Amino acid sequence: MALWVDKYRPRELSKLDFHKDQAANLRNLCKQSDFPHLMFYGPSGAGKKTRIMCLLREMYGSGVERLRSETMTFTTPSNRKVEVMTVSSNYHLEVNPSDAGMYDRTVVIDLIKQVAQTHQIEISGQREFKVIVISEGDELTKDAQHALRRTMEKYVATCRIIISVNSTSRIIPAIRSRCLGIRVAAPNETEIVSILQNTCKREGLALPVELAKRVVDKSERNLRRALLMLEAAKVAKAPFTANQEIPDLDWQVFLRETASQIISEQTPAKLEKIRERLYELLTQGVPPNLIFRGLVEQLVNNCDMSIKAKTLEFATEYEHRMQSGAKHIFHLEAFVAQFMNIYKSSFLSWS
Amino acid sequence: MQAFLKTGKSTAGTGDKSQGAPAARRKLPAPWVEKYRPRNVDDVVEQSEVVAVLRKCVEGGDLPNMLLYGPPGTGKTSTILAASRQIFGDMFKDRILELNASDERGINVVRTKIKNFSQISASSVRPDGKPCPPFKIIILDEADSMTHAAQSALRRTMEKESRSTRFCLICNYVSRIIVPITSRCSKFRFKALGEDKVIDRLKYICEMEGSCYRLKGPEHVINTADLFEMSGVIPEYYLEDYLEICRSGNYQRLEQFVREIGFSAYSVGQMMEQFVEFIVDHPGLNDPQKATICDKLGECCFRLQDGGSEYLQIMDLGCCIILALK
Repeated sequence: MALWVDKYRPRELSKLDFHKDQAANLRNLCKQSDFPHLMFYGPSGAGKKTRIMCLLREMYGSGVERLRSETMTFTTPSNRKVEVMTVSSNYHLEVNPSDAGMYDRTVVIDLIKQVAQTHQIEISGQREFKVIVISEGDELTKDAQHALRRTMEKYVATCRIIISVNSTSRIIPAIRSRCLGIRVAAPNETEIVSILQNTCKREGLALPVELAKRVVDKSERNLRRALLMLEAAKVAKAPFTANQEIPDLDWQVFLRETASQIISEQTPAKLEKIRERLYELLTQGVPPNLIFRGLVEQLVNNCDMSIKAKTLEFATEYEHRMQSGAKHIFHLEAFVAQFMNIYKSSFLSWS
Repeated sequence: MQAFLKTGKSTAGTGDKSQGAPAARRKLPAPWVEKYRPRNVDDVVEQSEVVAVLRKCVEGGDLPNMLLYGPPGTGKTSTILAASRQIFGDMFKDRILELNASDERGINVVRTKIKNFSQISASSVRPDGKPCPPFKIIILDEADSMTHAAQSALRRTMEKESRSTRFCLICNYVSRIIVPITSRCSKFRFKALGEDKVIDRLKYICEMEGSCYRLKGPEHVINTADLFEMSGVIPEYYLEDYLEICRSGNYQRLEQFVREIGFSAYSVGQMMEQFVEFIVDHPGLNDPQKATICDKLGECCFRLQDGGSEYLQIMDLGCCIILALK
């Protein structure tokens, strides 16, 4: 029993639901014997991975769907062992080097170079090259990206690299210029609504348009999240009704409450309470950059422009520091304290 | 994984049939980038000074230690590879040690691998009796990603082994190379290619690839929406909208717009890069405004590259512009 997200994931380029022109272009690309390195970029839930798998299937046939997963161990120069999961078929290898954290360079050097250097033995009836899919490419450290540069050029005869990233901002220009960028924009509301309705039709359920629209609003145009929400709603209440409640993500509710508490009172005692809540969020595994963004979005709601600008200025500064530092809580808390300061002092000078 | 490395097919026992004919050495597919890499120093586009010097070196059969630097895609790696191919001919493989960022290049490698290679003496005659320069070349590609410790370890090796080894360092930013190294090398700056040279080269490639591309004409290639899309360039109207929204001073609209950019998957980094030019040339802003905006832009761009969140950075920039335009 698979989730709807997986069950109804399109398997072929011709069956994709949106960006059809792009799908046609991708098919044309496959028809030629040659093929550049690719970089798929777009927000999460826009269908990057789906497109990559469709593309591989188009190139190599259904063989790419026979997957096996393996855990590989690497030894870093400082004699540390890192383990990385890989998923591979006979034609491609999928790896997420950022699993290895700051040792991702070793993975790039060892694994990718090793695979890239080996030739396909039997090349009749298939492509001469293998494909390496790197997911979450924007999490790669600069070192790892540099290590990838020359590998991409040198072994171009035997291997193509497909990188999937959320944004190209963090990819060094040298890698960007070596790949053909493929922009996967998030589907728009009508597209998501029609996909939700199709899915329900195939499940034998009736979906009121109103409910579908509300799901879309909550999903922030993330198709995966929309489908998961819908399925969660189905579990809650089987035949859909138009005014049915859609469960919110609980961490978002929690974050909203935290923000309103900060607005309501700015004292050291409150800051201590907020710290507990932030810890709670972090231990639940909510990524700190999402916490930052959520907090800022909520906090600036009822402020005037100068406070907004100041808040953002500090938010960017602390968020940036957080990325280079190790302890997230310091920077989150510093930001909250700073905001309390700005808010209170402007309030005092005003009254 | 092992099976993946060894063979392309999972079916057992395909051995005999296919191994008989070693695939008739079909020409491997290569993207145009590799196919039209210059084979000869004279083929290198644009960099006339560098080429002139190198040509003399190739004729004289000697090279200085070199440091090539310049923006990506200007032909640094291609040039040195072409030059050494011309100097050494068939012995190219033996006489070159190429290390790039994908190789381990810490201080240990400098102490062992590079030192050992540089200590081997090279003969001045080829196996077939023809003369050939009595040195080897060590190419350190992407040298700006080497640590300073590793670079320092190179210093003495470069001097001591100058009889039998030439070093060639390639980098994008010469400022990341320590001074003792730069002073030991003759520096060559590769400048960014002019538009006409790019067009010429594209025309040449189109001709070599056959007439099917000629219909559209290479000028066409440089200026269409399709290609903009492919290279990830953001359409101009996004920049105009962004500035317009900031001018209106409406935070909600700004937030909406930033979300929209996120959904349409345009890269904020790319947007900032384009935005600099847009702001600098914009007729509707006065100089202090431009200065304030550019100052902020630089800061945001740096943070973004360093791992900051896209949403926050562009919102911060937006707020700064709103205040500057008030």
